[in-house]
Amino acid sequence: MRIGLFITCVNDLLYPGTGRAVVRVLERLGHRVEFPVEQTCCGQMQANSGYRAEAVPLARRFAETFAGYDAVVAPSGSCVAMVRDGYPRLLPETAEVAARTYELSELLVDVLGVVDVGARFPHRVTYHPTCHGLRMLRLGDRPMRLLRAVRDLELVELPDAEECCGFGGTFAVKNSDVSGAMLADKCAAIRATDAEYVLAADNSCLTHIGGGLSRSGAPTRPLHYAEILAGGGR
Amino acid sequence: MTRNPLVGELPFPEAARRELSREQLRRNLRSATHTIRDKRARMVAEVPDWEELRVAGSAIKADVLARLPELLTRFEAAATAAGARVHWARDAAEACAIVTRLVRETGTDEVVKVKSMATQEIGLNEALEAAGITALETDLAELIVQLADDTPSHILVPAIHYNRSEIRDIFRERMAGTDPDLTDDPRALAEAARRYLRERFLSAKVAVSGANFAVADTGTLVVLESEGNGRMCLTLPETLISVVGIEKLVPTFADLEVFLQLLPRSSTGERMNPYTSMWTGVTSGDGPQDVHIVLVDNGRTATLADEVGRQALHCIRCSACLNVCPVYERVGGHAYGSVYPGPIGAVLTPQLTGVAANRSLPFASTLCGACFDVCPVRIDIPQVLVHLRQQAVDERRGHPSAERTAMRAATWIMSAGRRYTRVLRIARRATRPLAALLRRRTVRRLPWPLSAWTAERDAPLPAGESFRDWWARSREGS
Repeated sequence: MRIGLFITCVNDLLYPGTGRAVVRVLERLGHRVEFPVEQTCCGQMQANSGYRAEAVPLARRFAETFAGYDAVVAPSGSCVAMVRDGYPRLLPETAEVAARTYELSELLVDVLGVVDVGARFPHRVTYHPTCHGLRMLRLGDRPMRLLRAVRDLELVELPDAEECCGFGGTFAVKNSDVSGAMLADKCAAIRATDAEYVLAADNSCLTHIGGGLSRSGAPTRPLHYAEILAGGGR
Repeated sequence: MTRNPLVGELPFPEAARRELSREQLRRNLRSATHTIRDKRARMVAEVPDWEELRVAGSAIKADVLARLPELLTRFEAAATAAGARVHWARDAAEACAIVTRLVRETGTDEVVKVKSMATQEIGLNEALEAAGITALETDLAELIVQLADDTPSHILVPAIHYNRSEIRDIFRERMAGTDPDLTDDPRALAEAARRYLRERFLSAKVAVSGANFAVADTGTLVVLESEGNGRMCLTLPETLISVVGIEKLVPTFADLEVFLQLLPRSSTGERMNPYTSMWTGVTSGDGPQDVHIVLVDNGRTATLADEVGRQALHCIRCSACLNVCPVYERVGGHAYGSVYPGPIGAVLTPQLTGVAANRSLPFASTLCGACFDVCPVRIDIPQVLVHLRQQAVDERRGHPSAERTAMRAATWIMSAGRRYTRVLRIARRATRPLAALLRRRTVRRLPWPLSAWTAERDAPLPAGESFRDWWARSREGS
């Protein structure tokens, strides 16, 4: 099976450790991962901000770049939601590759049939289910099932977990005050768990959450759950 | 000139900032929205075929919209045959003029009102007042808002922004004949309002209502309510004038079966609402003998013309989307500047007024999708929001915009793998001295426009090595 890794622009520039973790997990399970270097960005920012014409070339580019793969995996719920849910409406010819594009937990649990990836992480963590993974991809408990199989991991429930953190892409800048109010509540819920790490399937949301935690001096650190599955922190 | 009930004085971000600073408001809203949201979730969970009901509700509404002209004529014929008089209004001004004329013809200068979004939308109370007619709201929450000289902040619970001690103060100061020792016990408050309203019900000659549904086959109007005050208005006065949006139709009486299940569970979190009133024209010797129906367009036909946006006309005004919305929960209804607030307001209002009059509303959402999940008629609110954002951007294409320049530049960079790789390297190198100086990869302050980001949160700096550089170095031996 040819697996293509779509790293996403945010991870490429800011969180390469997440990408390395995905490669490590999949290779440890005996799969070969390819990284087509022609890939860039899914265009979600443009599309969701109302710049449809600017998003279309990026959708076409994605479809061309990943045309030959049996499965495309990305460590981001919202970028995968953009591809799978948004692309077919944007550019109908992308529908086929869009249907083969998976968030990491979908690829592991549904396609590869794995729940225990052989990781160990002796820390107290909590998990924030990010909105697009939760409500557009319907990831359900897949990430939690993967995490529960990690040895020595203490997974504590996050209060009001399914409530949006307030990021919302350009919303965080255009409606910075409302975004900040939502962030404050999310950070308070995270602090109440006493977790060392807050995990999620999206580094964009984690940038927002982590920025809020760091600003308020909270000890909890943001971390993509792929890095737990790879067996270590960044 | 009174203000347009669909257009606020400030753009959403500024109005939201104003509302966010009101601590008491935020506490009231949080407690109220969470209570209704939890009740709704419990009531919906006990219906095994809820999803099928949603699909049915959505399908009926789509069918109504697909043959609206035919159904409207059928409704008019049936209602007229049953003794009602049907009037047509293209916009708010026409609708208000019709109602004002009808009230004047009765010779009275006082009307009692059933809670109605359509009359809020057209600014009827203000129009009647300008004509020397007093309109008294009889829904408890609408009465509170009217006494306080305020505007509703929620579709179903217009006084959601007040807690009970605030309501007691409003009654004591502004409701004639209120006991100065009135407490904030909910029963005492309800009793005080009941006494105040009862006299007026008995003396009212004219009532004005909206309608939740209008049955095309039979010409029947339907009102769902909790208090019974609506029923008083619908049965006691001689004249009844109902203002109804043209999208409120259902084809047949049997179609109500779907909506009478969907609406109460979604709105108040009840299996069935306490009062459902239905009337078909005039019944001799029973109830109002002078029955009028004003069918209002007010932007609905324009909304219908938009293939993506028209689903907003499915809305049955349950307000479940408001109660689960994390944005609404923080800012309340007034921030939206329209009588239709929250997620549904953000997609309905700009379509009724045209996007140019409400440019900021489609952006008043994180696109978290909680609204779509609870919508009983499956309006894909996030999809319509994005669609309206496109309209807001497209109609400004002729004007210079820093944002558009940035979006275009991003697409240009990301349209070529090499260009993109080079820009990543530049970003990393440019920030390397800063990272070395700070000895960390977060910054606390960035220049405009990213200063809006660092106002609330720290920002990350690029990693020491991008993923693609790592891949090239470790995998391809370059």
